Parts: sequence; structure tokens; C-alpha cells
Amino acid sequence: MNMLRTFYNGIVPENPTLRLVIGMCPVLAVTTAVVNSVWMGLAVIFVLTASNILISLLRKFIPDKIRIPCFIVVIATFTTIADLVLAAVQPDVHKILGVFVPLIVVNCIILGRAEAFASKNPVHLALADGVGMGIGFTLAIMILASIREILGNGSWFGIRFMPAGFEPATVMILPPGAFVSLGFLLGTMNLITARLAARNSRSTERVPSHAADAGLEG
Amino acid sequence: MEYLAIIIGGMFINNYIFSRFLGLCPFLGVSKQIETATGMGMAVIFVMTMASAVTWLIQNFILVPLHLEYMQTVAFILVIAALVQFVEMVIMKVSPVLYQALGIYLPLITTNCAVLGVALLNAMEGYGFLQAVVSGAANALGWTLAILLFAGIRERWAFIDIPPSMQGFPIALVSTGLMSIAFFGFQGLFRGILF
Repeated sequence: MNMLRTFYNGIVPENPTLRLVIGMCPVLAVTTAVVNSVWMGLAVIFVLTASNILISLLRKFIPDKIRIPCFIVVIATFTTIADLVLAAVQPDVHKILGVFVPLIVVNCIILGRAEAFASKNPVHLALADGVGMGIGFTLAIMILASIREILGNGSWFGIRFMPAGFEPATVMILPPGAFVSLGFLLGTMNLITARLAARNSRSTERVPSHAADAGLEG
Repeated sequence: MEYLAIIIGGMFINNYIFSRFLGLCPFLGVSKQIETATGMGMAVIFVMTMASAVTWLIQNFILVPLHLEYMQTVAFILVIAALVQFVEMVIMKVSPVLYQALGIYLPLITTNCAVLGVALLNAMEGYGFLQAVVSGAANALGWTLAILLFAGIRERWAFIDIPPSMQGFPIALVSTGLMSIAFFGFQGLFRGILF
């Protein structure tokens, strides 16, 4: 039950990209096409889960003072593995992602989870947290990549489906499009959250007022 | 001419923020005031130039002769972390005034992906020593230029009416996007002469 809650926490309530807004560099850089974002997401899920597990296992042995360098070594090792595997399995995607695969080392999400979660929690929770946060990141970059690929290229997963009359807005797959579309995506998320919160507070407001009335009468 | 291409390319055409997406966390995080942005910019220039030099030496005198290129990421990040610590200690001893100005920014720089990014890109491009150092300094200057311009824009947000759901990160990203369009104008610069 607890594992499930931890897993879900990374996907919606504390989504690293759309809620916490950390680790933004790869989010903007690899979302030119959905395929690229999926591979980047898989690499991040692997590194995040593996380093969370290992750090959680070692949490009683890592001295407090040098914990950050220790975390970085663990994360760098798994990043190197991910980099080499991706280069072997998908050389073309590896070339497009370029420097952003090795840069997973300095992604704030991974070091952040190591410091805030994995170093304080047992292995099964660290595993759930790693997978959940990884999937949350992947879904977020897939949403952004879909917006950019559909508007900028008229295709999804490389398959063109927009009618021939649709003129793709190339700016969406260029750097400015990344910033603007992510900005509006976050803005829309905030708007939806605010609306939902307003509706919830209106429906819960009635309950306490009734309770207060009851309390006064009693 | 080659160095001019690296400098102009690094500062304007392939600006780390606006076209390569490197170092965005500190860009969005410490750009609330021009003063802090200047401090961060100075620290980044300092560390990126040093890191370019040191990682070039590591790459060409240790990793390549020993055929350990696959250890690049691990070696570079450790060297950068150690370098930042070392720089912090030296500055504290040598110039307390400078330490006052840069002190709080230095620890943050280890996780600035622009620093590791410039090291990896230099290695990827196969630059010589001087080229690597120039590229580090030029890209860092471009990064500082970006954060200073952005901090200037951000200070003016106090006077405008931003919709509540766009406040904070959303408006920051949209503004960055508009600045990025402006920097796109540099794309054609020197075409045919240098590139």
C-alpha cells in the first residue's frame, strides 16, 4: 500500500517536471520528437531506479560528510552504463540525444531523490520512488514532445497524420518553441489545479460550516 | 579566425541557454535580481574556464593514453566536483571579498550542467588545449549575458499584471522563449565567412 502511494507520488502529486520543475535541461532539449523523449525517459528511469536502490542499500555505510560525492559516483556509474547500452542498441537516437545522456549525472531529479528519499528509506520504497519519479518524468516529456512534434512537424512517433493542408510551425521544434510550449503547458497545469482546488474548497466548505453549526447548537 | 568563430559561436549563435539548453536550473533559479545573477555569472565564468582546462588535461593525458574514454563521465564529474571545492577553499584564503561575492554560488555549480556540458562538448569536438579554454570562457560569457538580460527583464515583472496561473515558472519560460527568438537572429551571422 505504502509502496503504491510512493509510486503514485512521483507520477502526479510530485511530478518532477510539471510540479517540482527541476531538471529542466533535458526536458527542453530532447523533446523535438516523441521517439527521442521515450528513449531519454527510459534512460532516466533506469538510472534513477538503479541508483535509488543502491544508495538505499548503502545508506547505513555511507558517511554523512562525504555522502554527496558518494551519490555522484553511484549515479555516474549507472549513467555510463545507460550511455553505453543506448549507443549499442539505438546508435541514431544516441547521436541525437548527444551530450544529454551523460548529463543525466548532473540532473537535479536524480541527486535530489538520492538525497531526499533513497538515503532515508528502505529498499522497496526507494525502488517504488525511483520507478514512479522516472515514469512521471517520462510522461511529462512525452506530453511536451507530442505537442512539439504535432505542431512543429505534423506527425506523432514519426508518423505524419495531419492533413496535407496543415502547415507545420517549424518554430515549435526549434529552441524557442521548447520554452514557449513548456511555459504554456505549466501555465495550463496551474490553471487546472487552481480550478480543482477552488471546486474542492467550495464543496468542503459546506461540511465544516454545518459542523460548526452543530457545534454551536450542541 | 578560428578562435573568433568559437567565441562568437559560443556567446551568441549557440548560446548555452537559448539554443543548447544547458544550465537552465541556475538560470531560472538565481535570476530574480541583477545582483545575484552577476555573482552567479562570475562564478560560472571562473569555474567553466578552469573546468575546460582541467578536463582537457585529464582527457588527453590520462583517459586517451590508457584507453579509458568510457570513464569520461565519471572522471569529469569527479574532477569538476573536486575543482569546485578546491576553488572555494583557495578563494576563501586568498580573497575574502571575492568569497563574499561568489561563496554561496560555488557549491551550486557542481550540479550546473553547463560545466559538465562544456567539458563533454569540448572532448566531442576534439578541441586543442587553447581552443578548449577559449570555448569554456566564451560559452560561460554567453551564459552570463543570458542570465543578466533575463534578470533585467525579471525585475520589471513587479510592474506588470501577470495572470495568476502564469506567474513564476510559466512566464519565465515564455520570456526565455521570446529571448531565444531574438537570439535566433544571430544564426545567419558570419555565414559563409566563418562556418
